[in-house]
Amino acid sequence: MTIARNINRREREFGEHAFTAINYSLMAVLSFFTLYPFLFLFTSSFSGLDASLGGFSLWPRAFTLDNYVRVAANPLVASGYWNTILRTVLGTALSLIATFTLAYPLSKKSFPLRNFWTALVVFTMFFSGGLIPTYLLVKNLRLVDTVWSLVLPELVSAYNLIIVRNYMQTIPASLEESARIDGANDIVILFRIILPVCKPIIATIALWVAVWHWNAWFDCMIYVNKAGGEVMQLVMRRIVMLGSTDQITQMMAEQDIATPEGLKAATILVATIPILCAYPFVQKYFVKGVMVGSLKG
Amino acid sequence: MVQAGKTAKRYWDNRYLFMLLAPGILFFVVFKYVPIYGLIIAFKEYNFFDGIWKSPWVGLAVFRELFATASFWEVFGNTVIIGVLQFVFGFPAPIIFALMLNEIMDPKAKRTFQTISYLPHFVSWVILGGLFLQFLSPSVGPINAAIKAFGGKPVYFLADPKWFRSVLVVTQIWKSIGWGSIIYLAALSSIDPELYEAAALDGAGRWARIRYITLPCLYPVITIMLILATGQMVNDNFDQVFNLYNPAVYRVGDVMSTYMYRKGLENMEYSTATAVGLFKNSISFAIVIASNHIAKRINDYGIW
Repeated sequence: MTIARNINRREREFGEHAFTAINYSLMAVLSFFTLYPFLFLFTSSFSGLDASLGGFSLWPRAFTLDNYVRVAANPLVASGYWNTILRTVLGTALSLIATFTLAYPLSKKSFPLRNFWTALVVFTMFFSGGLIPTYLLVKNLRLVDTVWSLVLPELVSAYNLIIVRNYMQTIPASLEESARIDGANDIVILFRIILPVCKPIIATIALWVAVWHWNAWFDCMIYVNKAGGEVMQLVMRRIVMLGSTDQITQMMAEQDIATPEGLKAATILVATIPILCAYPFVQKYFVKGVMVGSLKG
Repeated sequence: MVQAGKTAKRYWDNRYLFMLLAPGILFFVVFKYVPIYGLIIAFKEYNFFDGIWKSPWVGLAVFRELFATASFWEVFGNTVIIGVLQFVFGFPAPIIFALMLNEIMDPKAKRTFQTISYLPHFVSWVILGGLFLQFLSPSVGPINAAIKAFGGKPVYFLADPKWFRSVLVVTQIWKSIGWGSIIYLAALSSIDPELYEAAALDGAGRWARIRYITLPCLYPVITIMLILATGQMVNDNFDQVFNLYNPAVYRVGDVMSTYMYRKGLENMEYSTATAVGLFKNSISFAIVIASNHIAKRINDYGIW
C-alpha cells in the first residue's frame, strides 16, 4: 500500500516538474521570439556594409558606428524628432484639458441633459465619418500643414472620456461640499479639488495619449506636405520603405540595395529607442487603464 | 410658467458646468459629427469645383458602380478572410498565453515574461513594417538565412501571395499576444487560491486544475471577449496591412481600408472612397449592435 502510494506520488511529482520545465522553456522561447527581431536590428545597425548581409548572429560583424553617424547627419531625423515631440507635448496637454473639463459636467448626476451629451459622445465610438469626410474637413478648416491637423482631429477620445467620467463618479460628493459652501464655483472646484484627487487617472490618460501621439504617423502623411514637416515615424518610413515598395520584388530578388541594410536598421532603431526605454515604466499605467476600461467600457 | 422658470434656474445654476462642457462638445460636433454629415458625398458626384455642398446629388449611383466593380468584391473577400483567420488563430493565443503565465509560480520570472510580452504593443506598425521588411527579407533576413543554411530556397514572405496572409496573422499575434492576455490575467488573479489548495489535496494534478478550475473561471471573460472580437472581424487593421503590403500581394492582401485610402487619397475619387467607408462602417456598426444584443441575452452584460 505505502509503496504504491509512494510511487504514485513520485510519478505525480515528476509530472509536475516536467510540466514546470516545459512551461518555462516555452515561455523562454516565446520571449526570445518577441525580442529577437529587435536584437537582429540592433546587431545589423552596428554592422558594416559588407557584413550586414544575412545571418543570424547575435553580435555585429565588422563593428562600426557609421550607420548611426549617418542617421544623425540626416537633417530629416532632427526635424522629425522635433515634430514628434511638439505634437506629443501639445497634443497631450490639450487632450488632457479637453477630456477632463468635459468629463466633469458629465459626471454630475444632476447636470441637465446629461444622458444626451453622453450619448452624443459615445455614439462616435461606434460610428464615424471616416477617412475622406474627415480629410476634407481638415482641409476646409485650413489646418493642413500645421501642427493643429495632428492635434485637433483626435483631441478627445470617447473611450478615455468615459473612463475619466467613471473615475470622477467614484469621488464622494462630500469632498466638494465645504468648497461649495465657501462660494467656489464649479470651475474652481474642478481645478482645486477634483483634479488633485484624479492624479492616478491623469497619469494613465496622459501616458496613453502621449504614446498614441508618439506612434502616430498616418495623419501626418495625409495632412502635412511641407518639407521638414514629417514626424519621426514617417521619416523612418520614407527612408526604410519608400523607394523600395515600388520595386520591392526586384529589390528582394537581387541584392541591389539603395540604402544599406545597416543604415535602415539604425534608422528604425533611432525611431524606436525612446519607446523601448520608456515602456517598462509606462506599461503598468497602461495595464491599469485596461483594467479600468474593462470594468464597464 | 413655473415649470419654465424652474428649468431656466436649473440651467443658470449649472452655468459654470456648461462652460466646462462647451469646448469638448464643440470638438465632438466639429470633428466627429461634421464628418458624419460629410458622408453625404457618397450620394453625390463630388467635384473639386463645387465642393461638398454644391456637388450634384446622384442617389445610389456611386454604390451601384462600386458593387459592380470586381476589385471591390476581391477586397471585401480579402477583408473577411483575413479577419476570420486572425480571429481563429489570434483569439485563442492570448488565452493560452495567460494560462501558461498563470502556471509560472516564481513572481519575478512571471513579471519578466509579462513585461517582455508587452513590448511589441508599444511599437507602431509603421516601425514594425520596417522591422519585418528587414527581418523577413530574402537577402538579409535571419529566417531566410536559416532556410538557406538548410539548403532551402529563400521565401519572399512579403511579396509572395501564398505567404502574405500567414505573415499578417503571425505578426498580428506576435504584436498582441502579451497585451491581449492582460484581461485574462486579471480574471485569473481573482480566482480564490483555496480552490487550488483543495483540489491539490484531492490529488488533482496541474492539468486537472487548469481544466476544472482555471478554465471555468475564465468562461465569462472569454464569452465577452469573443463577442467583441466578432464585431472586429470586418474592421481590418489598416496600419498593419498598409505597412506590410505591396502591389505584388494586392490580390490577397488588399483590404477595405487600404482600398479606400488608395481610391480616395491617391486617385482622388472622393465619392467612391466615402461609399466604401460608409459600407464598412455600417456593417461593423450593425455587428456591434447585434453582438451587444446577444451579449445581453447570454450573460446580462452588454457594452451599453
